Amino acid sequence: MASIKLPTPLRPYAGNSAEIEVQGATVGEALASLVGQHPDLRAHLFDGEDLRSFVNVFVGEEDIRFLQDLDTPIQAGSRLRIIPAIAGGRPI
Amino acid sequence: MAVHLPETLRARIHHLLAEAYPNEGGGFLLGRVEDGGVAVLDIRPVQNVFAKEEQHHRYAMTPADWARLEDEADARGLGLVGYFHSHPDSPAVPSEYDRVHALPNFVYIIASVVAARAAETRAWRLAETRERFDEQPLVVI
Repeated sequence: MASIKLPTPLRPYAGNSAEIEVQGATVGEALASLVGQHPDLRAHLFDGEDLRSFVNVFVGEEDIRFLQDLDTPIQAGSRLRIIPAIAGGRPI
Repeated sequence: MAVHLPETLRARIHHLLAEAYPNEGGGFLLGRVEDGGVAVLDIRPVQNVFAKEEQHHRYAMTPADWARLEDEADARGLGLVGYFHSHPDSPAVPSEYDRVHALPNFVYIIASVVAARAAETRAWRLAETRERFDEQPLVVI
């Protein structure tokens, strides 16, 4: 079983847990397992079927965008982490 | 949801953002959510990594900064409760760019910085629907 560490602002949608154990052989399956357990997370992680642009997912230290994205394979014991991209700015 | 910010931390935020002028500056708010309010207990400035030529109106920080400071907050029994950033020569009101990149359950303190001096400072939170920001009372203590 793998685990996903949630960013602080999304923990209220998962019973205030910081880390959730998930099933799955890929990152996509692990995220489906996460959202299956805590459906309120979906709107803040996904825009339709795609991850929101500011949602980064790491397997260990690696950003999945530089691996195989949602198809990145994981193993039992893999530690995933969701890290929001923080950005801001005044009106142009 | 009132945001309680010690005067010492507000002064540090203003100093950091004035130093970053005419570029945008920013950082994280560490604290606790309690009794319907947010208590800011510490701040951590973070380097603006947006392309240099865009830093006068854009701000970004790396995922590594988030991970490092979230781990620090967790270890201290605190939380990452929000972040602060400046709007140089522009009102302390969230932009559409801010909204698209915003998180729920997160306090956004925005300071307008004019002529290298922090002016208006306001606190905001993204609505659950993600459609707008709602201003929160900013209580300096």
